[in-house]
Amino acid sequence: MSSIKIRTKRKNGKTQIRMLIAHPMEHGRNRDAKTNTLIPAHFIQELTVKLNKNIIITAKTGANISKDPFFAFILKGGNDGDKITISWVDNLGNKDTQAHIIK
Amino acid sequence: MTDNRRAFIKKSVALSAYSIIATSGLLSSSEATAKWLSDTSSTNSLQQTLKRLFKDQEIIASDKIDIQLPKIAVNGAAVPITVTSTLKDVESIAILVEKNPTPLAAKFELSPDLDPFVSTRLKIAESSEVMVIVETSEGFYSAGEKVIVTLGGC
Repeated sequence: MSSIKIRTKRKNGKTQIRMLIAHPMEHGRNRDAKTNTLIPAHFIQELTVKLNKNIIITAKTGANISKDPFFAFILKGGNDGDKITISWVDNLGNKDTQAHIIK
Repeated sequence: MTDNRRAFIKKSVALSAYSIIATSGLLSSSEATAKWLSDTSSTNSLQQTLKRLFKDQEIIASDKIDIQLPKIAVNGAAVPITVTSTLKDVESIAILVEKNPTPLAAKFELSPDLDPFVSTRLKIAESSEVMVIVETSEGFYSAGEKVIVTLGGC
């Protein structure tokens, strides 16, 4: 299952894009409660949102974003059948992509 | 027994060398990414971060940026923030938390297809000012909002 959940909502000619990503977003200063060792930094570094084939958002994110990050954006316009593709890359090189069709 | 131990040491040395190469290769693959990493994972003051991000660009305080942030956040681990702006030609929105060990939270580069609107959730370590810097085609504008955190989220 993908780590990304996407919802879109059309209102007054605009489209709200909301996304929820499952990710620990560790900043590297927390300690493991049992072993008292530092938990290594593990956070999403880059988020890309595409509308059809064009990149509309590139975000550089840091570990100040909450665990399981949530983002929302508002798109001017947006039509039935437009495809939103969201992908992320974290500091360890993991990545994921998910597509969503606006209805 | 000795042979086994030697073989084990050899293997582990080789493995760690490999992983160092792998991670360094990953970092040098993109200079910008490496720079962003150092911005977000080394501890810097707000002033240093601003200097590094925006060089010597002039940042003007503006009342055309609206930050929706709770005045008191019970749980600093997830503080909702919504930034909107009435400025024209917004190119990017950066969010910084002044007193966090690494102030920079995120920088969103938005295409003209999008409204100047960003909503997310932040980790805030202690009561602090949250600063938003909006880049337009004409220059940089900033606004700030204070938040009181009762339980730190770092």
